[in-house]
Amino acid sequence: MDTLRFITCGSVDDGKSTLIGRLLYETKLIFEDQLEALKADSKKFGTQGERLDFALLVDGLQAEREQGITIDVAYRFFATPMRRFIVADTPGHEQYTRNMATGASTAQAAVLLIDARKGVLTQTKRHSRIVSMLGIRHVALTVNKMDLVGWSQSVFDEIELAYRRFAQDLGFETIAAIPLSALEGHNIVDPSYAAMPWYEGQSLLQWLETVPAEDREAAHPFAMPVQWVNRPNLDFRGFSGRIGSGSVRPGDSVRISPSGVVSRVKKIVVGSGPAAEAAAGRSVTLVLEDEVDASRGDVIATASHPVESADQFEAALFWMSEHALLPGRPYAALIHTKSASVNITHIKHRLDVNTGAHLAAKTLGLNEIATVNVSFDRSVPFAPYHENKKLGAFIVIDKLTNETVGAGIIHFALRRSVNVHWQALEVTKAARADMKHQQACCLWFTGLSGSGKSTIANLLEKRLHVDGRHTYILDGDNVRHGLNRDLGFTEADRVENIRRVAEVAKLLVDAGLIVIVAFISPFRAERQLARGLFDAGEFIEVFVDTPLEECERRDVKGLYAKARRGELKNFTGIDSDYEPPQAPEIHLRTLAAKPEACIDQIVHLLRS
Amino acid sequence: MGHAIFSELESESIEIIREVAATAAKPVMLYSIGKDSSVMLRLALKAFYPGPIPFPLMHINTGWKFREMIAFRDRMAAEIGFELISYTNPRGAAEGIGPITHGSAYHTDVMKTEALKQALDLYGFDVAFGGARRDEEKSRAKERIFSFRAPGHRWDPKAQRPELWNLYNTRINTGETIRVFPLSNWTEADIWAYIRQENIPIVPLYFASKRPVVKRYGQLILLDDDRLPLEPGEMAEMRMVRFRTLGCYPLTAAIESSATTLDAIVAETLGATTSERQGRIIDHDGAGSMERKKQEGYF
Repeated sequence: MDTLRFITCGSVDDGKSTLIGRLLYETKLIFEDQLEALKADSKKFGTQGERLDFALLVDGLQAEREQGITIDVAYRFFATPMRRFIVADTPGHEQYTRNMATGASTAQAAVLLIDARKGVLTQTKRHSRIVSMLGIRHVALTVNKMDLVGWSQSVFDEIELAYRRFAQDLGFETIAAIPLSALEGHNIVDPSYAAMPWYEGQSLLQWLETVPAEDREAAHPFAMPVQWVNRPNLDFRGFSGRIGSGSVRPGDSVRISPSGVVSRVKKIVVGSGPAAEAAAGRSVTLVLEDEVDASRGDVIATASHPVESADQFEAALFWMSEHALLPGRPYAALIHTKSASVNITHIKHRLDVNTGAHLAAKTLGLNEIATVNVSFDRSVPFAPYHENKKLGAFIVIDKLTNETVGAGIIHFALRRSVNVHWQALEVTKAARADMKHQQACCLWFTGLSGSGKSTIANLLEKRLHVDGRHTYILDGDNVRHGLNRDLGFTEADRVENIRRVAEVAKLLVDAGLIVIVAFISPFRAERQLARGLFDAGEFIEVFVDTPLEECERRDVKGLYAKARRGELKNFTGIDSDYEPPQAPEIHLRTLAAKPEACIDQIVHLLRS
Repeated sequence: MGHAIFSELESESIEIIREVAATAAKPVMLYSIGKDSSVMLRLALKAFYPGPIPFPLMHINTGWKFREMIAFRDRMAAEIGFELISYTNPRGAAEGIGPITHGSAYHTDVMKTEALKQALDLYGFDVAFGGARRDEEKSRAKERIFSFRAPGHRWDPKAQRPELWNLYNTRINTGETIRVFPLSNWTEADIWAYIRQENIPIVPLYFASKRPVVKRYGQLILLDDDRLPLEPGEMAEMRMVRFRTLGCYPLTAAIESSATTLDAIVAETLGATTSERQGRIIDHDGAGSMERKKQEGYF
């Protein structure tokens, strides 16, 4: 007996929870004490008058019961003699679409509900696109509440036609249209001949019992991401993980990505014993013939079909945070068992969920879907999602709040990342710096406008120059006149501004220079990005700490006055945030020390 | 038929357990000695075989557990050789808090919820495994496998992290913790069938036997020691009973049963007409009471 994981989705009030409650009730999965509780709840919260409100069986959160809506995905379990089912009942409200995606990501089939009175709605389409993006290939289009349209065949036919027309590009293998009434229990378990003699297809349960449940991963060549290296003692060294695709036997030749090292499977441990074979979906531990190096995030695969590695991809991205996606900002990511830092280098287009049109976009908001280019900070083993879900899916995490903010699926690696390899240059950074008798580094000045960054930076450069050091200053205003003249002051542009300057500073450090960067750089995440570009010890964050009132009092360029008058938008400290460093290498409190004293503080640190 | 289901459920659980071992700074497995904990323990042993389980097991001891549970716990720790921490809320112990004198709600709050939070903070555990299943209760059905807790161990059911595929976000800031439920997708019937298939040792209280019980508020309560005073009109009687779940003995009702073997228990479970939590007295404080307790830090 196999297991089918499916979701119910669709717009709010289409009757998803009622349908699941009805399925559980009809398959005798409701216990007596639960039925007693349901009767009491139906009186208290029910929306069905004197009748049992089946939705209350699944809407388990207090807030859901009070409001009569579904907020989060609920997982329920039932079985028939044919099959075991795990159903994810997902919310219909647009606000909670990310919870719908959570349920859909592990489903093999989708039951899409439509209210017969309302037809195909925007939210129906949004859910369909997410279902399609996540690779679900079988959809039951269930037209619910047929009792409220007089069991009308023409209403049903119209909805089916409209949906098939809409879904023709979504890549579904099968769409089964089923008219039903969850409330009355028609066409749920038994075909509803009495009410709808014109319908000759399957009931919903018959469809669920027969829809294909196999994962295509089983048929692909063997690949397993290493999850954990098991080394309890000197005699045992195994690579633990869950097989992503294909199957493996002792004696098979394997190749490890990205290192390319080849070996042979000596032994497969499943549970607490050896196994002759293990297939996709199984958690195993592999012992290899040779003492090879592999760690978490590497992928062990059939030697003849090794898994490719790359660091730049085109991907579809579903955004799940109230905070907009900012291209260029570093985010954390997890792809199979590999952690990395990523940034979205380019939003190719955003998808209009209603029409499917491609729209231009500079950022992405909550519940929006886009095609993007994504850059990982290291090479990761992968496969396109449509070939292998386990190796092609990734999540995006905000580095400060640690919230999961995005879900991505890899379309393909960008050609340049597969073909462009780093040139190992013989004249190294150290060699260039040595010739100048100095250690290259980046002094990153951050602080409010008017805090004194440029003043101190200029004085510092003079001092270093006198000492015979080779230096260069990157100043915010100057760079904006040239390299970054195309950027404005929106949050997205500020992120890009910093990214470019950080990259330039990195090249100059590579050339052996002492680089002084004087930028407001208000966001912690971007300074962290800059820091991440340099080797340990090379990046020195200098916090020029002048209180806002003092900066505003000085107002050297008259900008604060302008901003206060509303003539200057997104001005740091006024209507845009400044996030002070939490642990800068150097903290200059300018109210307490003269510029010369500040310079001494920096030079002292450089000497040590 | 059983094997296909169990390879799927077992593999998913093992993947979850290994993911924690690979990413957490200081994980712990909550061990409640019941059937679900016994299955979770077996899965942990399999996940790291031939090595030992790379984290300790912790039992929150309310002082009111069935005596057979404590004996079983100590026997398992000795036979398998895992590191066992037993923790009791010192304040509750000093004040003599118990379910009979202080009521079930207060007892549970102090000796379980508060004790658990104290223990997690005391040892600095950042991730704690629990044996809860989604089929147990409606608010559990809504919970993520990796369930994030804000500082103070609070659960905010309206702000759960999205959890896509089997990609678990284990990143947390200082003071935050994660509760992880490897058995999320198992049902009660799965647990019993797996115990039978794998021959997993369980506390003898799960098997029917003649035991001294008293009928109170329509439920059968075992007279496990002399701390349960009989009310006027009540009398102790020997009945053939067993337990579907185990907890504090005055709060856990027995069911009349003649199931003395695993086969008989599985057959009885498949034909059951009431849910297993029916025997848990603390769940009946009102619909939504489990959610409230969980928000406050209860497992």
